[in-house]
Amino acid sequence: MKKFLAIAVAALALGGTPAFAQPTQILNVSYDISRELFEAINAAFIPAYKASTGVDLTVDQSHAGSSAQARAVLEGLQADVVTFNQVPDIQKLADGGFVAADWATQFPNNASPFYSFPAFLVRAGNPKGIKDWGDLAADGVQVIFPNPKTSGNGRYTYLAARAWADEEYAGDETKVEPFLTKLFANVPVFETGGRAATTAFTERQQGDVLVTFEAEVQGVRKQLGADKYDAVIPSVSLLSEFPVAIVDKVADARGSRDIAKAYLDFLFTPEGQEIAAANFHRVNNPEILAAHAADFPAIRLVTVEDAFGGWKKVSEEHFADGGLLDKVFVNQ
Amino acid sequence: MTELVHRRSLAERIFIALAFAVSALVLMVPLAVIFAFAFREGVSVYFSNILERNTLHAIGLTVLTSLVVVPINVVFGVCAAWLVTRFRFPGRQFLITVIEIPFSVSPIVAGVIYLFLYGGQGLLGPALASVGVQLMFTVSAIFLVSLFVTAPFVARELIPLMQQQGSEDEEASLSLGANGWQMFTLVTLPNIRWALLYGAILCNARVMGEFGAVSVVSGAIRGQTNTLPLQISLLFNDFNVTGSFAAASVLALASVITLVLKTAVESKGWR
Repeated sequence: MKKFLAIAVAALALGGTPAFAQPTQILNVSYDISRELFEAINAAFIPAYKASTGVDLTVDQSHAGSSAQARAVLEGLQADVVTFNQVPDIQKLADGGFVAADWATQFPNNASPFYSFPAFLVRAGNPKGIKDWGDLAADGVQVIFPNPKTSGNGRYTYLAARAWADEEYAGDETKVEPFLTKLFANVPVFETGGRAATTAFTERQQGDVLVTFEAEVQGVRKQLGADKYDAVIPSVSLLSEFPVAIVDKVADARGSRDIAKAYLDFLFTPEGQEIAAANFHRVNNPEILAAHAADFPAIRLVTVEDAFGGWKKVSEEHFADGGLLDKVFVNQ
Repeated sequence: MTELVHRRSLAERIFIALAFAVSALVLMVPLAVIFAFAFREGVSVYFSNILERNTLHAIGLTVLTSLVVVPINVVFGVCAAWLVTRFRFPGRQFLITVIEIPFSVSPIVAGVIYLFLYGGQGLLGPALASVGVQLMFTVSAIFLVSLFVTAPFVARELIPLMQQQGSEDEEASLSLGANGWQMFTLVTLPNIRWALLYGAILCNARVMGEFGAVSVVSGAIRGQTNTLPLQISLLFNDFNVTGSFAAASVLALASVITLVLKTAVESKGWR
């Protein structure tokens, strides 16, 4: 027992060395399904940082629903950097004075090092013949995606389905709304985060189709077997940017700004982009995208700006209490 | 004493068999499944899962939380039980009710209460932050909510016992010239020791297994603020099912040990 306690205390001491003058540790607070991606990023960034500065870094990770994480940072979670899956979650931090107002221009591509979009994961052989958004609202199809109220992933799914329906029914709300209501009624249970929805589909065998980011769709096939699941890319989907930012309030207090910036810069380097692409995130670097072309079938993507007039408008019209989401999300 | 020979009726036999069957199905099988899954890739994988840095840290953090929280709640429980059973004062019944609040509050609510109190946008959080104290999303926050959730366990075991025992023994020791401390260590403590131990064991079991309240205030920083229950959930969501069950087996083992201790304490002297 004594020995065990010694190990326990040692384990704590190893994990929790507080850094004051010269931080050698940063915390990346991230969204739910980016676990494997940032594990790979960290494994490459830490030696690269040591090679250029001689400093041995530790990069700690915290993962949960993107909006929940934004809230935690506002409540004091000591994040040096945030890597989220939607713009409004970083905007919340900017509004709270945690992130610079011009965060989107501090890094290339609206500070979004990679992107993805909602796609479908179906069971092997696609027994329900699901090809596009319309098939998700068919009778007898069970759909799994996370709760749009708590998950950025779920919000993208709702918006992507609406974008498809707006085109399909030429903006006729009397047809769009019943389609979305039917789609939501086909969801047996709404999980709070992207990964929880995935495990409901894979471990608990719920549903015929999982709607989640393409990166997660392909990641699941790699992790759990490409013979068990098929990926289905719909005719159109919604560009999902994954923005990043330095949390000034924490980084300046800890003196970790240089490390935080180096970490986020690394995501935009060819090496960082290669890791993102290898983890099925689409990147803007054309050579790397070309090298992974086989993994990334062509898809037509609409943006929140083009289809819905920007995030601010979307938040007010769709996601506010009593908004358009609440009209179709009757089984919440 | 003559042995009573009693022939069990068919109904009795059926009920006994049913009780065993249900216990096996509902309780034993899931417990066995934990170990079966944990070891399904072999003993060496099991140990490499347990010894993985973050899991080891989670085990250490859970043990540390126990070591911090249980002694404090033992002292609190003894003081509180002493106060409400040995003294009469206005608001006494109210105090007993207050002590039991954590029993009736859902742990997730407990976590949110602490977040509202000590979080960066909370009541006291900004003032604490201005003097450089950060409580939420640190190990201290885990200690705090665990203290809250398990506060009643010891007191609740002691209060009925001390009420029933009355204060005659203590009064006798005082009249024989004992001072307050002697009375407590030589009379009170021996009288309540089994109930105290029982309460401490229950408190410990709850501290180790607490998920809801801790998940709200932990921040889920891998290898920093993940207790064992959080680590189990995290590994499961990382598609590391075997690792998740390996971590769960450690927690299950702790529960089994607790159960054995509890049974031993019960048969030894109390209840």
